[in-house]
Amino acid sequence: MTTAAPKRLTTSAMIASFADPDQRTTPAPFGHALARLAQERPEIVGMSADLAKYTDMHVFRDAHPDRFFQMGMAEQVLLGAAAGMAEVGLVPFASTYSVFATRRAYDFLCLDIAEPGLNVNVVGGLPGLTTGYGPSHQATEDLAILRGCPNLVIVDPCDSVDIEQAVPALADHDGPTYLRLLRGQVPTVLDEYDYRFELGRAAELRSGRDVLLISTGLMTMRALQAAQRLEADHVDVAVLHVPTIKPLDREAVIRAARSDRLVLTCENHTVVGGLGEAVASTIALAGIGTRLGQVGLPDEFLAAGALPTLHDRYGLSTDALVARVRAELSDRAPWPADPTPPSA
Amino acid sequence: MTTLTDTTTESTTDRVARLRDAAYRIRRHALDMGEVQGQGYIGQALGVADVLAVLFGDVLRFRAEDPEWPDRDRFLLSIGHYAIAAYAAFAEAGIVPVEELETYGSDGSRLPMSAMASYTPGMEISGGSLGHGLGVATGMALGLRHRGHPARVVNLLSDGELDEGSTWEAALACAHHGLSTVLAVVDVNGLQADGPTAGVLRVDPLEEKWRAFGWTTRRVDGNDVGALVAACDELTADPTAPSILLADTTPGHGVPMLETREKAHFLRVEAHEWDIAREQLKEGHAR
Repeated sequence: MTTAAPKRLTTSAMIASFADPDQRTTPAPFGHALARLAQERPEIVGMSADLAKYTDMHVFRDAHPDRFFQMGMAEQVLLGAAAGMAEVGLVPFASTYSVFATRRAYDFLCLDIAEPGLNVNVVGGLPGLTTGYGPSHQATEDLAILRGCPNLVIVDPCDSVDIEQAVPALADHDGPTYLRLLRGQVPTVLDEYDYRFELGRAAELRSGRDVLLISTGLMTMRALQAAQRLEADHVDVAVLHVPTIKPLDREAVIRAARSDRLVLTCENHTVVGGLGEAVASTIALAGIGTRLGQVGLPDEFLAAGALPTLHDRYGLSTDALVARVRAELSDRAPWPADPTPPSA
Repeated sequence: MTTLTDTTTESTTDRVARLRDAAYRIRRHALDMGEVQGQGYIGQALGVADVLAVLFGDVLRFRAEDPEWPDRDRFLLSIGHYAIAAYAAFAEAGIVPVEELETYGSDGSRLPMSAMASYTPGMEISGGSLGHGLGVATGMALGLRHRGHPARVVNLLSDGELDEGSTWEAALACAHHGLSTVLAVVDVNGLQADGPTAGVLRVDPLEEKWRAFGWTTRRVDGNDVGALVAACDELTADPTAPSILLADTTPGHGVPMLETREKAHFLRVEAHEWDIAREQLKEGHAR
């Protein structure tokens, strides 16, 4: 008797969805939010480097064709010209993939936009591991590249709610920003929580006595799912969502980390130079000795493949996160036999 | 005042004479600043002085007393190391007081060695990293046109800067978007950090390249004020394409002692030579 080999998942299109099969989603939240905002803000313009269609900028382009500027597959002039537009009083949102905005055009982001402190909003698609296409398109180190850039505000949104609320906040901020874009059918999660996006502020989405997950970007969605799953094990998990990577809400991080809970940072980014290390240095400099664990991508060039496979393999899936929390708790103390779990 | 002189009633002879005088003073200012520092990009400053005299005396609309005037033409210096030349031109234009030039490169001065927008009135962008100016000019011209401003955007580049791929990204974008308000001026001095441009990375044929990229081009002797004036007049004509003025210049021009010195990116001048240089400059201008 022969059994058919299980069908392997394949690398889907360049842009794979990371939404769960039956998850609520919102189409192109960035494009729609920008198009709406532009109705009342005539100084807002959109630009792209031959990726309008793939960064949801096409929604803005179709709504405001006279305010969209196609710069071609030329990221250096995309960012240089965005600076020039801001110099003459416009508020540009310039979109491309994160890898190109950061690796390829960093000198222009740094010197043309950030140094003069211009209100240019750089929008980077495919942040972290959100495509199975391989290292050329996986911006696993964009936060590490950008965190050292003075003046720059960096936002890693969780879902469509975060994006819709972040767009007007970024336009209002009188300085340069970088948004890690989630595009296409983007999960809608945070409307179930008492939450509003505030630039520079972290938000405790749920409290918990046993574990604290300090998370950003799409990993907040995973953290919330993991927290729900762990309820069944009677593990009480708090989630502190940190959508603004820079400036980091140090007070909120310090307040939360002053605790004997298991503390893990969760990010869709390499463990080098992202949220995890920002939190680690913040609590170390505050003299807090809490042991910290990091959930994030390994310091290596990642494989190509199907996104769910890769999220499992590299530890970003909800299953992987739940397993990691259980393992950390059992390492730390006998668990679940421990009759008195650590309290907050 | 909006422009330095009402050129509509001025004869060409008078115009050229006025701009040659301005170029003389720009060179003189640059030598004075070079002496203060004991070093500097004096070769480039002397070479590009005629170009700057024509731009600030004849092309750009600005208000010396209000460098932020919204309707001004934008002058973008993407070659930050030419700051010494730009400050000399700003002083000649009345944007910076002449007496301030002696602070050039000193701690706390508004006139740092490399041009920075946050330090100096009239400096639109920060230089230092080459290949940025034309991209920013692209965005300014797009933005000004979008907002209905007729202002021109003038970007001064060097031929060495044409090595940078970003310059060519911007060249494509200006032509694609039909940015006729963009005027690029290239100081073609054939010299860059590691030696003659021809040996470092060949950029010729320049005119053909820019024409192929969709630009209206003129190539002139960049130390001939009359030729520069005529070329700038001609380059305002095309309402559909960006224009470029390729100005061949001689580093050290106007001071024979420095003109004939071994060509170097960073020209060495001994302490006792500054007086000789000023004397040679004066003699040359009187001829």
